Amino acid sequence: MIKTDILIIGAGPTGLFTVFEAGLLKLKCHLIDALPQPGGQCSEIYPKKPIYDIPGFPEVLAGDLVTNLMKQIEAFEPGFTLGERAETIEKQEDESFVVTTNKGTKHHAKVVAIAGGLGSFEPRKPQLENITEFEDNGVEYIIRDPEIYRGKKVAIAGGGDSALDWSIFLADVAEEVTLIHRRNEFRGALDSVEKVEELKKLGKINLITPAEVKALHGNGKLESISIKQEEELLDLAVDHFIPLFGLSPKLGPIANWGLEIEKNAIKVDNTLDYQTNIPGVYAIGDVNTYPGKLKLILCGFHEATLMCQSAYKRIFPDKKYVMKYTTVSGVDGFDGSRKEAEKAVVKSIK
Amino acid sequence: MSDITIKIKDREGEVHEIQAPTDMAMNLMEVVRSYELAPEGTIGVCGGMAMCASCQCYVLSDHPLPEMSYDEDLMLAEAFNVQDNSRLGCQIQMTFDLDGLEVELAPEV
Repeated sequence: MIKTDILIIGAGPTGLFTVFEAGLLKLKCHLIDALPQPGGQCSEIYPKKPIYDIPGFPEVLAGDLVTNLMKQIEAFEPGFTLGERAETIEKQEDESFVVTTNKGTKHHAKVVAIAGGLGSFEPRKPQLENITEFEDNGVEYIIRDPEIYRGKKVAIAGGGDSALDWSIFLADVAEEVTLIHRRNEFRGALDSVEKVEELKKLGKINLITPAEVKALHGNGKLESISIKQEEELLDLAVDHFIPLFGLSPKLGPIANWGLEIEKNAIKVDNTLDYQTNIPGVYAIGDVNTYPGKLKLILCGFHEATLMCQSAYKRIFPDKKYVMKYTTVSGVDGFDGSRKEAEKAVVKSIK
Repeated sequence: MSDITIKIKDREGEVHEIQAPTDMAMNLMEVVRSYELAPEGTIGVCGGMAMCASCQCYVLSDHPLPEMSYDEDLMLAEAFNVQDNSRLGCQIQMTFDLDGLEVELAPEV
């Protein structure tokens, strides 16, 4: 069981900054995210897009913002459970919580902060009649362990970075890699497109464009796929079919936690601390809603700050805490590091 | 008067005739959101960067739409339920030329 003070669900910018604000109050944090890396949408959807409304940054790439946030919280040694989705929550007798993920990882925390953005990201599944029949029997939407493809025949569908990157990676692992895309053009980094082109020339990637997978065949386990290329239908023997069409956010199991939901967001009672209808469970950032709500990273940072003050009072009801400025009190990392403003030189005046 | 009238068929099949402002730098996706014609979180997921296709719509009328950008074209190449008249709502700015525009929201995926 992973134990922490604040369990943060969602490792996007708001979740990450929560670690910093909690750290100033000497509270430890652990984050859960369904994605395999921190950063939420900033890392997954638009890492190369500039953001212009982060105070102090006239322009910052979303991916760089995440890198900076990770650096900012490093000294507070947050824990991460990545690639797992928070599934259930159980309130304990002492008012603390146990949150279990879809893979069974249990987390115990005094306070839970849901910073889930638009929800957990689920793969977008192509509309193929019997696709669910082959899920985990030859059809995978996310590559977790590339080793399972060693020596196998793999077909990847998609035209984005994931499809390109995994085709390149698996070209050295799988027996045969086929990349299928509806267009001849790919929506990916230029060097990845060039690399795929090179691997195609070397015979290491079988590229089929413009084409689309139309049917899956097999008996319990995937054996072949039908591909429509222009007007022709081709059959291809494969062990695995990996459709990589991006992710779409769904509120997911959080919707069943007994929280008040309004318009796909978690309703918070007030803007004093962003607590939900379950005392001890907070909702901050894009995942919450209240009168006047603005879905901005900037607002998520503010909400995280107020939430941490409230969480401190909940965890230590008998302790008084006075808000301090980092310019005055510095930052004491849990790793023993200390950052503080340089003291002025004191000189005696004769 | 800076509003235009457009018709939007929502995902339930209901047609809404609405007034869309042309002086607020809004795109079609934002108009759909402001009139709450699709549940929050199911449209404009990427914020309007042509990176998710959640605002895909079918253009039913013959209006002079802005030329499709490379990004929009490639996003539609990856989206589902794409038809010849598919466009991304986030890439269609509201202008006077679009008065009388008729669109249908593509299904949610």
